[in-house]
Amino acid sequence: MGITFRKETFRDDFTFRNSPEHIRRFPFPFHEDAYMYAVNIEPHVVGPKGSVLENLIDVDEHYVAEMQDRALVLAEDPLRCQSLPHMTLAGWDLLELLMEQQALGYPEHFTLTRDGDRWRWINRPLGIDDTFTFGDTSTLPYGPMEYITRQSQGDFCILDQRDGNLWMDAGMVTTQADWSLDFDIGMNFFEWHAPVPLAHEKGIFTRALKFLTNIQQGKPARRLNWTMTINPRLDTSPENYHKWGPDRTTVTPENVGDKVHLRVELQSFWRLPRSNGIVFPIRCYLIKMDELVTQPKWARRLHRVIRDLPEELATYKGLTRYRPTLVEWLSKLDDGSATSPGFGPD
Amino acid sequence: MAAKSIISRPVYGTLSPQPGKHHLFIADAEGALAISDMAAKAPAGFFDGAEIDFIPGPDNKHVATLKALKPAQFHLAPSFASLLPRLKQTLGNAHMGLRLYLAGTEGLIGQAMQVALEAGIDHTSIQTEHRGSLARRMQCVHCKGITENVTTQPAACSHCGLLLLVRDHYSRRLAAFQGVCINAEDRSEIPPIEEAFP
Amino acid sequence: MSTGTTKLDVVVSDVVPVNELVTCFHFRRRDGELLPTFSGGAHVVVEMRDGDRTRLNPYSLMGSPLDTREYTISVRRDDVGRGGSLFMHRSVKPGLEMVISYPVNLFSLDLRAKKHLMLAGGIGITPFMAQTAQLAGEGGNFELHYTCRTASLGTYADVLRERYDRRIRLYHDDRDERIDLDRLLSTQPLGTHLYVCGPAGMINWVRDRAAALGWPSEAVHFEHFAAPQPGLPFDVTLAVSGKTIRVDEQQSLLEAIEAAGVDPPYLCRGGVCGQCETNVISYDGKFIHNDHWLSEEDHRSGCKIMPCVSRFEGRSLVLER
Repeated sequence: MGITFRKETFRDDFTFRNSPEHIRRFPFPFHEDAYMYAVNIEPHVVGPKGSVLENLIDVDEHYVAEMQDRALVLAEDPLRCQSLPHMTLAGWDLLELLMEQQALGYPEHFTLTRDGDRWRWINRPLGIDDTFTFGDTSTLPYGPMEYITRQSQGDFCILDQRDGNLWMDAGMVTTQADWSLDFDIGMNFFEWHAPVPLAHEKGIFTRALKFLTNIQQGKPARRLNWTMTINPRLDTSPENYHKWGPDRTTVTPENVGDKVHLRVELQSFWRLPRSNGIVFPIRCYLIKMDELVTQPKWARRLHRVIRDLPEELATYKGLTRYRPTLVEWLSKLDDGSATSPGFGPD
Repeated sequence: MAAKSIISRPVYGTLSPQPGKHHLFIADAEGALAISDMAAKAPAGFFDGAEIDFIPGPDNKHVATLKALKPAQFHLAPSFASLLPRLKQTLGNAHMGLRLYLAGTEGLIGQAMQVALEAGIDHTSIQTEHRGSLARRMQCVHCKGITENVTTQPAACSHCGLLLLVRDHYSRRLAAFQGVCINAEDRSEIPPIEEAFP
Repeated sequence: MSTGTTKLDVVVSDVVPVNELVTCFHFRRRDGELLPTFSGGAHVVVEMRDGDRTRLNPYSLMGSPLDTREYTISVRRDDVGRGGSLFMHRSVKPGLEMVISYPVNLFSLDLRAKKHLMLAGGIGITPFMAQTAQLAGEGGNFELHYTCRTASLGTYADVLRERYDRRIRLYHDDRDERIDLDRLLSTQPLGTHLYVCGPAGMINWVRDRAAALGWPSEAVHFEHFAAPQPGLPFDVTLAVSGKTIRVDEQQSLLEAIEAAGVDPPYLCRGGVCGQCETNVISYDGKFIHNDHWLSEEDHRSGCKIMPCVSRFEGRSLVLER
């Protein structure tokens, strides 16, 4: 039994929905009733069956629709996928990682067969069956990073490690929370995080960098990050901010439940074996308020988190304009009772 | 939204003589004074292996000051664009050990550094000193066009016309600050335009 | 957030003497699977169980990263060292089951380089064996200058010459052949990266000349694992775990801490990666710092020690472990 892939859209008529099973597996990011930055990095190991951590690279019911949305974004703006010339080897590393993990986790959908450097890749949901020579770019229709990330959910940043720092020298970024790969490519860890408020002062990035540069092969790590998005739009890029920005003015008490989405990023960090780089998959999960509040614990907790969020963070996450409406709507679902510890629903 | 100073904002230093035998200086306008100030600290014979490429600007000041340093090569260029072919050839033929010194406006420093990075020079090994105008090069994140000599906050994109917040976020690869639509959420909000980078 | 590496269960598949000082060891996985892919310049830490003593020494992987059926390392016999290399030479035979770490690379190629200029001295040739294989496979531009004492001690010189011909330049001490370093460093195209591996004296010489000739430090890469040195035995109190231990003459402080059942994180065991850095709570005596990680100020302060390579002489030492 495989996954039933939904037919849905992340633009125009926004037909994206989560099935009831997918609501329950949503990676709710708040383990307590408040939120502040922390170095919340932990080993990326397999989690419970039925959770988004059941496989280290998660494929879900939105896979096909997300890949179609990515193809639309790339057709409009090819600069969302870039790789500096020295990053091709890391691209092959990533291709190997994603093919291995997807084939391992979902054998009914993906098959990888290797005979030396002669590889055959079958991706049934997207109708792909390609045979190619590993390491020979001329045997694939795209560069190795672009080829495999057109077939993998989430954004991908590939970081080169040099001089004790990480350099964002390649990436496929079409579902980003308001940052531009085209602008940030080539920057080091501190530079591309420069616009994030509060965290630099807390020394968060210095400690995070120290951890990331020591990530070892075979021992990936992960963290969760979150923001909010109006409408289930994957492509909230700065490039198109003038197109999606006006959405933020459309939130009313009547449509909060349908329009406002919690957007959670499951970020993982992997050492790449041949290039000694690090890949940083940023997997985005969306859930609309109507779906989220079907879990009463999440409704109560989200109300408290959004209500008490420091102003700088609310501004950085772009919530300012509709926060009062959202908090008012959520408050009706918060009877003030205690929430149980941990992320999961009760 | 105020443009607070953030970490990708380039930090410029004060030129100081580096070890090695070959030194390439690129400067515009007031940047000449950074070179002459540095010359006072340089060891004897330092300029025997130096080339100075200078863009003096309309009032042609400081040319004599630089000539007096007696560099092995001295070249005057009317604009950065006119200097570019020569600079690319010089870097293409250069050897490890060449040190690069950039002085003057942010636009000049950024664009010269962009060429140097492509030639294989690591940005941390380049000496920079900012002198003169604070005017910025800005990339419009929406249409990707570069607007030169931006002095106001916000500023209009010279390509697509959107009104852009000039962020302190800076890309060495593009040699430009990032401009993001300031009134994207509600185009009827028109913030006042102020001189910010004289 | 443990930062140690995963272990690999391997079996010694071959032991090949290369010359009078160097022996090459081959490892395969016990389960018959492929070993993890690695990048040129990576090392593994080999666990040597010698009676009731365990030594863990890092060795560069020197096979081609394109072939992961087996790993190969080369060990130079050190007759006055702590016994790790002697154990490898005397006791490790084909068929022996051993444990090694996953590969870790603290000496990786800068793939932006327009040219890779490599300088090797003696057994420092080993990381370049893998790096040249990697670059040759990708059509990379490299040149290797290799100094050895005599032709017969020029470990793998013949192999390298055969593979890469004129890209390999050899210098023999006994024939009084010397690298014209200043000339070499002055004629490299812009965008060249320099890699040095060999004795400490050679590394320092190359780094000094490169800096004097205007090479920026970002373009100069070096690897020098300090082998832990034997020394006088000393006692240490581990304050956090409440243990007092003795460090033997032939044991490193890190090995003694591990033997007591305390496991600090580590990667290189050679004083370069910084993982096992340990705070000193109090001491009465003098430190013998052998690492390349702590600053001179740290060394003078008496507040920190790298237990993988550094020792202590004196009355008492209390560590935060």
